[in-house]
Amino acid sequence: MTQVTMTVNGKSVSGDVEGRTLLSDFLRDGLRMTGTHVGCDTSQCGACVVHVNGEAVKSCTALALDLEGADVRTIEGMANADGSLGTIQQAFQDYHGLQCGFCTPGMVMSAAALLKDNPTPTEQEVREYLEGNICRCTGYHNIVKAIMAASGQDVAAVAAE
Amino acid sequence: MPKDHGIGASSKRREDVRFLTGQGRYTDDINLQGQAYVHFLRSDVAHGMLKSVDTSAAAAMPGVVRIFTGADFEGVGGVPCGWQVTDKHGEPMQEPAHPVLAQGKVRYVGDAIAAVVAETKEQARNAAEAIELDIEELPAVVDMKAAVQEGATKVHDDLTSNLCYDWGFVEENKPAVDAAFEAATHVTTLELVNNRLSPNPMEPRVAVGDYNPGTDDSTLYTTSQNPHVIRLLMGAFVLGIPEHKLRVVAPDVGGGFGSKIFHYVEEAFCTFAAKACRRPVKWTSSRSEAFVTDAHGRDHVTKIELALDADNNFTGIRTDTYANMGAYLSTFAPSVPTWLHGTLMAGNYKTPNIYVNVKAVFTNTVPVDAYRGAGRPEATFQLERVIDKAARELGVDPIELRRQNFITEFPYATPVAVEYDTGDYEGTMTKLLEMIDRDGFEARREESARNGKLRGLGVNCYIEACGIAPSALVGQLGARAGLYESATVRVNATGGLVVMTGSHSHGQGHETSFAQVVADMIGIPEDQVEIVHGDTANTPMGMGTYGSRSIAVGGSAMVRATEKIIAKAKKIAAHLMEAAEGDVELKDGAFSVAGTDKSVAWGDVTLAAYVPHNYPLEEIEPGLEETAFYDPNNFTYPAGAYACEVEVDPDTGKVDICSFAAADDFGNVINPMIVEGQVHGGLAQGIGQALLENVSYDENGQLLSASYMDYTMPRADDVPNFQVDHSSQTPCTHNPLGVKGCGEAGAIGSPPSVVNAVVDALQRAGHTNVTHIDMPLTPTRVWAAMQG
Ligand code: FES
Ligand code: FES
Repeated sequence: MTQVTMTVNGKSVSGDVEGRTLLSDFLRDGLRMTGTHVGCDTSQCGACVVHVNGEAVKSCTALALDLEGADVRTIEGMANADGSLGTIQQAFQDYHGLQCGFCTPGMVMSAAALLKDNPTPTEQEVREYLEGNICRCTGYHNIVKAIMAASGQDVAAVAAE
Repeated sequence: MPKDHGIGASSKRREDVRFLTGQGRYTDDINLQGQAYVHFLRSDVAHGMLKSVDTSAAAAMPGVVRIFTGADFEGVGGVPCGWQVTDKHGEPMQEPAHPVLAQGKVRYVGDAIAAVVAETKEQARNAAEAIELDIEELPAVVDMKAAVQEGATKVHDDLTSNLCYDWGFVEENKPAVDAAFEAATHVTTLELVNNRLSPNPMEPRVAVGDYNPGTDDSTLYTTSQNPHVIRLLMGAFVLGIPEHKLRVVAPDVGGGFGSKIFHYVEEAFCTFAAKACRRPVKWTSSRSEAFVTDAHGRDHVTKIELALDADNNFTGIRTDTYANMGAYLSTFAPSVPTWLHGTLMAGNYKTPNIYVNVKAVFTNTVPVDAYRGAGRPEATFQLERVIDKAARELGVDPIELRRQNFITEFPYATPVAVEYDTGDYEGTMTKLLEMIDRDGFEARREESARNGKLRGLGVNCYIEACGIAPSALVGQLGARAGLYESATVRVNATGGLVVMTGSHSHGQGHETSFAQVVADMIGIPEDQVEIVHGDTANTPMGMGTYGSRSIAVGGSAMVRATEKIIAKAKKIAAHLMEAAEGDVELKDGAFSVAGTDKSVAWGDVTLAAYVPHNYPLEEIEPGLEETAFYDPNNFTYPAGAYACEVEVDPDTGKVDICSFAAADDFGNVINPMIVEGQVHGGLAQGIGQALLENVSYDENGQLLSASYMDYTMPRADDVPNFQVDHSSQTPCTHNPLGVKGCGEAGAIGSPPSVVNAVVDALQRAGHTNVTHIDMPLTPTRVWAAMQG
């Protein structure tokens, strides 16, 4: 066991980890922050996406030990300071971009990373960007709509019912 | 104007806030004080004699609490099957035992042999790897038709063969159906496969068992669509725990699609082991484990024949289906190819003579059970494919052929034992044609051709029986459970309500839509109504959520309970206003007396119920809490018409979905936004089945599609934006809300239109010998068909 210290959602946290402890396990089991989900064991589903130093990362592929000093952001850190939903979160609610909610943390974190790099993506760009995030419930229609709405685009025209 | 609250409004989902902020509480988020972890050692051969399981070395490994094998479960019940089918000779199906841990034999890759309980997940896994197994491998039974040949290796030695049942429906009608074929002018025949699927809810299954030695109470936290069903099956049939000593909690559940209906061995194991080890025991499935343990879906091999007269009227349907059960009977497996499939073979059409034969077969594969649609997608696919093929053979328009044969008068009793209460198939078809600009297809096809692509249009209809179901009817059909639903409405002194429902939400948004109904009935804001579900300790006995039954059956129970509340509240209000009960009206959350200015607020009445100082105690009891159980008298019959346009790349065989339109009739709609979301999700799963998904075994019973690298889930760029419409509404005639259910429609209705569209594209491009391609329509299969 080795101690690792990193910043998670603006707070400094430390914990003992083994060499093989994944960031997803460190968050869920070590810090009991269960907002980050694990949906597969082959790094294919994206339920576990968090931000590490501002980049979207599948937390099931990152070793906690490698993240000494890293700045990690998870779904628990996405709301506004007053606790209200952030823009992307609010758009997911407004456009019904989630059903069971299991893929949702990863979707929101991926969407945030996309909009940081590409503030007004086309529908096709959104769909391609989400290649690493599987949702079994929504058929993606309303996720795409929510992300485009969060980017300030008029979705009535892009994604008609 | 769209409504902004109550029934018919697209109220935003209240549950979203916790899901969007990481505050959901899924089963794997539950960690109990002192919990140990279990790792299952699973068979890596499909079929074998279990000669010995030596746990001695493993038991000495660090952190091991206890190791269990099949021997620990001798004298414990097996996992039961909840449905008994009677075969065409009147005999019961063959029903094998299903032990919690394998005894004597392993029967599929994934069959649980031993379970290690240890301090940590890693220690449990390491110790499981140290268990020494001696398995004598036997030939695997994989192909269904080979499995029922004389002399085939048997999956279960104590059964007479691998045939679970040979079901004829309706057996007495067979001579008349055969006669219809004799007399037919034209017969179209199609052989097809309904591909095996893995449901893949994104949340893997989890079970946490807990035991309180002080009270002898057991608790199971589990990823279930129906906690009461699990409590009943596990308590009564497996572990012998009476219901009052067993609590089952299904908290936030990350999707189900059928696969979380069933009682699985891991649930029984964790409950059993928690008591045996005197500490909580937790199991979290990996995705790899899910592929070999979650029940699969579909897997039918079918021959269907359609008879037509000289005027192209359908005169007969005859089908012959092999349905895979896998190695054991999962909870509702026998009902899927029979009562959820045979009863739907009439589709939307008035075909007077129908005969369905189904042979259910045991194989050395994962058990197969209900997956979104369950039986109805299989019925719809074969029927809508054979109609398309018939239209082509006869040189008639496939839409007109359907229209000509539509059922137009309701109620309509089909020759396959169900009575459609209401519908308007012409209405949904007309709506669909408005949506798809069929006249513009030729121009779009030419445009595609200029880009080197082959364009096709596929259309189909569907009907489903859902709102499952009348208990008396399903009892006659072999169900070993009732299929009512329940609700308790508890009004608090200050006027807020809690509804405790037996339905379970795992993505459907009940916390929002159920509250809309009750708030609307009373005339109070939706946020004064709380919906509680998922815990047997605080909800009335209910049958849970599947078969698109929640609003139709659970919603109806809630309406009945709320009606009782309103009736009692009116009595109290009448007393408070010194008026006759019959003159009291409830509107917008206030009671008034017709023709006077007397009025009392909802909150005054609820307070009086709990502070009964001025109260008619000689007539009614204090308090305001009512329970209702609702048992429908028929299924509901959602129906619709779907259309898909595809482009096929002639060089690679790759299919792109250009557009998909769905015109559904769900009867009345409570929350249009949620209904549309349900359709979107179903469509993506149906398109996944049609183009991408396939569970594949090799001849030794090894699962080839055991991860997301081999099992192709639909991703965002595999599906288009969907056009959906539910404005054709023929309300259900037998439930109080007039609702029909919408959860499965998309998955039932969409595969045939995709395949019809691809065949259409190929036919238009001159590949006139291509009349069918089996799903999934991968580039390889489509390309091969074109070479053909
Ligand atoms: S859990 Fe990380 S990609 Fe699936
Ligand atoms: S909302 Fe359930 S998996 Fe996406």
